[in-house]
Amino acid sequence: MKATVLVRPKPGILDPQGEAVQGSLRHLGFAVDEARVGRVVDLELEADDPDHARAELERMCEQLLANPLIESFEISVTDG
Amino acid sequence: MSESRRPRIAVVVFPGSNDDGDAVLALAGLGAEAFPVWHAEPDLPAADAVVLPGGFSYGDYLRCGAIARFAPVMGAVTRFAGEGGLVLGICNGFQVLCEAGLLPGALRPNASLVCRDIDVTVERADTPFTARCQAGQRLTMPVKHGEGCYFADDELLAELEANRQVALRYASHPDGNPNGSVAGIAGVTSADGNVFGLMPHPEHAVDPLLGPTGGALVLGSLVDAARERTLAPA
Repeated sequence: MKATVLVRPKPGILDPQGEAVQGSLRHLGFAVDEARVGRVVDLELEADDPDHARAELERMCEQLLANPLIESFEISVTDG
Repeated sequence: MSESRRPRIAVVVFPGSNDDGDAVLALAGLGAEAFPVWHAEPDLPAADAVVLPGGFSYGDYLRCGAIARFAPVMGAVTRFAGEGGLVLGICNGFQVLCEAGLLPGALRPNASLVCRDIDVTVERADTPFTARCQAGQRLTMPVKHGEGCYFADDELLAELEANRQVALRYASHPDGNPNGSVAGIAGVTSADGNVFGLMPHPEHAVDPLLGPTGGALVLGSLVDAARERTLAPA
């Protein structure tokens, strides 16, 4: 079973990386008002049950993959 | 035991730590018996205090300190702190302590990397980490980090201020807040006051031959407090 976790800086949290990317895109001539940079974690799980996998992924995010003080996360699970 | 007994201070070394050697040297120069402890150790040797040094533990992968907090030795450090043991985190060590939940808040990327001497104001001179200072005193120490922007949401910040957990704040002059930290916070203690983290590097500011010596007051305070603990009945 495969899963993808998206981790984003929470709204209102300063994202200097996003600001640098936005500035660079504008420099290239793109009309970009804001850019926020997060993180993608692709995982292959030893699990058959999507509900169980999702529960495990929630725990992974809370314990390690995201810092809940400053980041939000989004989990998607796919078969195969 | 005499007053001159050298307190034992463990300096944890993670893969990627690089200020551990300076921390050991600075603490030894201030009268401690400082020794390194490898991150893979499941237990701490007998120690009167623990220091988590600066550097780039585990390559700063994921978030600074996020992987190091699960190092085998951190279980022992957490138990040590839970029993009231003195724990100091410097720069990356501060990040590890926040990730481990031993200190409140989080450290976010700065707008840009900072690497220079800065002034901090001592807000609390009655902690084990600042007792050699005077309240309101300024200390000059270097900062050198890309992710030292201290973050606490409004609720947490109000709690920290009410509990007087902000021990050091970046002085507003001459240079001000170097990294965008909320309320200019340079160093915070735990609610119980026995754990302290700061972004400036006291271990690089102990020798007048090399520049400012504000760090000697911070590390010297820790050595004093660790010594007092060795003299206290168990």
